[in-house]
Amino acid sequence: MPKNTAPVAYDSKIEGNVTFTKLDAAINWMRSNSLWPMPMGLACCGIELMATGASRFDISRFGMEVMRFSPRQSDVMIVAGTVTYKMALAVKRIYDQMVEPKWVIAMGACASSGGMYRSYAVLQGIDQLLPVDVYISGCPPRPEALLEGLMKLQNKIETEQSFVEQKKALLSKIK
Amino acid sequence: MNSTEAADTLGARFENSIISTVNFRNEISIKIKLEQSFEILSYCKEKLNFDYLVDITAVDNLGNDPRYEVVYEIYSYQNGCHLRLKTGVIESDREAISVVDLWPTANWHEREAYDMLGVTFKGHPDMRRILMWEGYPYYPLRKDFPLAGKASEMPDVAFSESVPLNGGPFVTSPCSASTDKREPRSREIIS
Repeated sequence: MPKNTAPVAYDSKIEGNVTFTKLDAAINWMRSNSLWPMPMGLACCGIELMATGASRFDISRFGMEVMRFSPRQSDVMIVAGTVTYKMALAVKRIYDQMVEPKWVIAMGACASSGGMYRSYAVLQGIDQLLPVDVYISGCPPRPEALLEGLMKLQNKIETEQSFVEQKKALLSKIK
Repeated sequence: MNSTEAADTLGARFENSIISTVNFRNEISIKIKLEQSFEILSYCKEKLNFDYLVDITAVDNLGNDPRYEVVYEIYSYQNGCHLRLKTGVIESDREAISVVDLWPTANWHEREAYDMLGVTFKGHPDMRRILMWEGYPYYPLRKDFPLAGKASEMPDVAFSESVPLNGGPFVTSPCSASTDKREPRSREIIS
């Protein structure tokens, strides 16, 4: 080892290949750093979503670049754009086809609240049909805002206690 | 041939079928009788070389008779001139005559007019809704349809609800006042 190299914090001789952590923390770490988005691009927000995936903004820095155009292979649906009533149940059907665990991001004003479309044809927010985890403001939001929203979702996932809750549910059954 | 000459030719040829001709800033609008509308439009296309149908739309003049007005915007690439033809459609009938046989592009335009205002087109090969879903019970661009929309339900197809307008609709008024006076976001700011 060269003399001026700093010692590595992880000592493989002592610790071997074992790391101690909580199961929930490990699960959340894995889930939050490999989000596979389902791009539900419905309007101009979809263009910003594409820009976020392209080289300038580089979504893969955060481990979310694997956009799948199949709900069965993705775990976070990014609803990007105006959800018309005609499209609404199709969005719901696609969401239903995603496997658990799954999350939803409402990207932009239209997906969050109907936006400027106070209209007979537009659903006033996708949260009327799906459980939304993160709302992103903007019309459309800049790619930075989408990335921030995805990072907010990562933070949210890191606080989940799926294993603890499973255990609690099992215990209450036994009692 | 320019628009004026085309309008004069039409006026001479279909004297009894033309109700009025209006020239507003060199845009000519001709009101024609519904019964002869196909014949006149056919003449425009075949003899006056109006080869391009720009748009078909309909207008709801609620309270007037006839209530609806179907508007044809036609253009001639050959002569570089434009003409607007209008024909009235009465409420009890609600049927205009399709021009799909003249310009195939009329197909979707007429479907849109049907979808938004409920005016059907006689002779149309596929008179279905185009924007709203099949089974939607209203015609949303009619004047008696509320801006907020109405609730409807088609199981497994689509639903709709009337939207909260929160005191709206809000329109921009031209004046030199500040933005919150010119473009109010709520009634509170107006008063």
